[in-house]
Amino acid sequence: MRRLLIRNGRVVDPSQGLDQGMDVLLEDGKVARIGERIRVKAETPVLDAAKLVVAPGFIDLNAHLCEPGYEHRETIASGCRAAVAGGFTAVCCCADTKPVNDEPSVTAFILERARDAALARVYPVGAVSHGLAGTELAEIGEMVRAGAVAVGDPGPVANALLMRRALEYARSFGIPVASHAENVSLSDGGLMHEGVVSTRIGLRGMPAAAEEVVVARDLMLARLTSGRLHLRHLSTAGSLELVRAAKAEGLAVTCEVAPHHFSLTDEDLAGATYNSDWKVNPPLRSADHLEAVKQALYDGTVDAIASDHTPQHRDDKELDFSEAPSGAVGLETAVSLAVDRLVHGKVIGIGRLVRLFSIGPAQAFGLPGGTLRPGSPADVTILDLRRRVTVDPKSFRSRSRNTPFAGIKLRGAPVVTIVGGRIAWRAEG
Amino acid sequence: MPVESASELKRKDVVGIAPLEPAEIQLILDTAEELLEVARRPIKKVPVLRGATVVNLFMEPSTRTRFSFEMAEKRLSADTLNFSASTSSVSKGETLVDTARNLMAMAPDYIVIRHPNVGAPHRLAEVVPASIINAGDGINEHPTQALLDAFTMRQHFGRLEGLNVVIAGDIRHSRVARSNAFLLNKMGASLRFAAPASLLPAGVEELGAETFLRLEPALEGADVVMMLRIQRERQAAVNFPSAREYYDFFALTEERLALAAPHAVVMHPGPMNRGVEIDSAVADGARSLILDQVTNGVAIRMAILYLLAGGRGAATADS
Repeated sequence: MRRLLIRNGRVVDPSQGLDQGMDVLLEDGKVARIGERIRVKAETPVLDAAKLVVAPGFIDLNAHLCEPGYEHRETIASGCRAAVAGGFTAVCCCADTKPVNDEPSVTAFILERARDAALARVYPVGAVSHGLAGTELAEIGEMVRAGAVAVGDPGPVANALLMRRALEYARSFGIPVASHAENVSLSDGGLMHEGVVSTRIGLRGMPAAAEEVVVARDLMLARLTSGRLHLRHLSTAGSLELVRAAKAEGLAVTCEVAPHHFSLTDEDLAGATYNSDWKVNPPLRSADHLEAVKQALYDGTVDAIASDHTPQHRDDKELDFSEAPSGAVGLETAVSLAVDRLVHGKVIGIGRLVRLFSIGPAQAFGLPGGTLRPGSPADVTILDLRRRVTVDPKSFRSRSRNTPFAGIKLRGAPVVTIVGGRIAWRAEG
Repeated sequence: MPVESASELKRKDVVGIAPLEPAEIQLILDTAEELLEVARRPIKKVPVLRGATVVNLFMEPSTRTRFSFEMAEKRLSADTLNFSASTSSVSKGETLVDTARNLMAMAPDYIVIRHPNVGAPHRLAEVVPASIINAGDGINEHPTQALLDAFTMRQHFGRLEGLNVVIAGDIRHSRVARSNAFLLNKMGASLRFAAPASLLPAGVEELGAETFLRLEPALEGADVVMMLRIQRERQAAVNFPSAREYYDFFALTEERLALAAPHAVVMHPGPMNRGVEIDSAVADGARSLILDQVTNGVAIRMAILYLLAGGRGAATADS
């Protein structure tokens, strides 16, 4: 029997309505018991979690792990190292690999690589369209059989009929369809959020409406099809208002937001001299949208915080702002940003934060975990809410360093990540 | 109140109008006025930049701006090197920063850069020790154009503050409109934009102009009417229906110009699309300052090169 006792922690588990000092006993890869003063044999290893928050393992719904095909940016192994160092016990990886994860052999390859890495759990998200071309459905059923937990093209799906059919077809396999909501013709080559700041600094803007019209479309398709819809990285007040109304109506919709959308605005981008590390898609929005994201986190409209971890090679990010690819790495900063900006920033409490990283994402994609109920996977994230960290890209486990957060100081960080009952990562010092 | 002139340009680069202080703009205009005299000499050359090297890095097609800079550099006795998009290694996938580092191996004192990408001069300014002069970056800024426009207005009216300036055309894609807006706001002129909303940027109020969706009402009482080139090469077909319709509703014709103040003048940054945004009768008419703009462009560029050098000797000194 392989055991680990986590002693004296503040157990925060929204799936059971728990927030109190307790012990957690892990046994053979499962949560065995949770309770006060659990007694174990002398030889059982004990982890002292006094003054720390003990939470169900954090799950990231949206990370680009880039393998196969783009190993110069990230590999599944490096991505998993980054994940556990960021407090994540599980990562859902996007289909924009080469070859595209649109058929079962690629899905199986990703899972095999993840087994070799043996750090975080990896859940592949298959493509919704063959080759991400947006014209034909990918082999959704085959991929689910191989281990895919959801489908969705990482970029926009312009073809509304394909989206409709995907929502319908995926019902047979009980998985959600994830949507990157963006109308590319409305984006019109935009490089940042369209508004007074884009006009001031002269970069082409993409309007909030480019996201919102597709959110509206997809919600109507979810209603039409009774399919399960998951909306990725929502960033505008209008999108979140639409989701709020759809949830009130009872549609099967979930959504995520990314940490940069509650941490940075287009004004921050303007202060960065056209540095493409601030170029993300959806773009950094104006302050009113950022406030709307916080409000939606507070009122429960948002189901999950997802990193939208998008590694890009330095050579590509050195290109001019208009030519550089979008994206920022996020696995190693997401949790600290959320604790610092949302909990210490008095937007939400620790219970809501844990929900957004655990049971929220687990339910969105129907994943095991997200809870410390006995019998659940022994995945645990331990946080120190007081720990002060400075974001240092040089220390990232990720192969890429593209982040707009370099050098910023944050309060709150993961300190231990346990996957399947084994300590996968532990903070130094 | 007229803006006081600064005593020097306390910066390494001129990447845009946005970062400039009003007093610095005044200094550039005043200096250009002194340097205008050089063009009237039999030998149109002063030695103030002798031994200095200027690289003209033009990554976007340009004739008049490139010639204007080159003439300014030659009149100041600088050595010039010209790189253009077709001959450079940028088309071979080199990043701008790499190109710049390679150029720095030749130790130029100035890099004049025109680039299709917004922010290219700003980034270059951060990585190289040479003085960077922005000759147009994408849709962002074209500071020397705005300065020569202001110079031309001041030359004609004796002032900038209180002038009613109308800029009409594709405001959304125009670095000329943006740089002019920044400058005219800083110098106390009053600005109007005239364009259909499909050619206006989001948050246009940020540019400090009163906005009109038709040309006629904007023209009332205008002292200066600046028409922008309709950039058909950058226009997706959805922004306005056709050149013919554009002319019908938005071109500056003699009839429309009659709506402006009786003393109003006409400007255009060039190159013009005659019969699209401006009628030839207006472009070539008595109230057109379009060729003055070209002449003044050389003096403005000389002034910037000179001032960035830290003012080596008096501006008009000939030895």
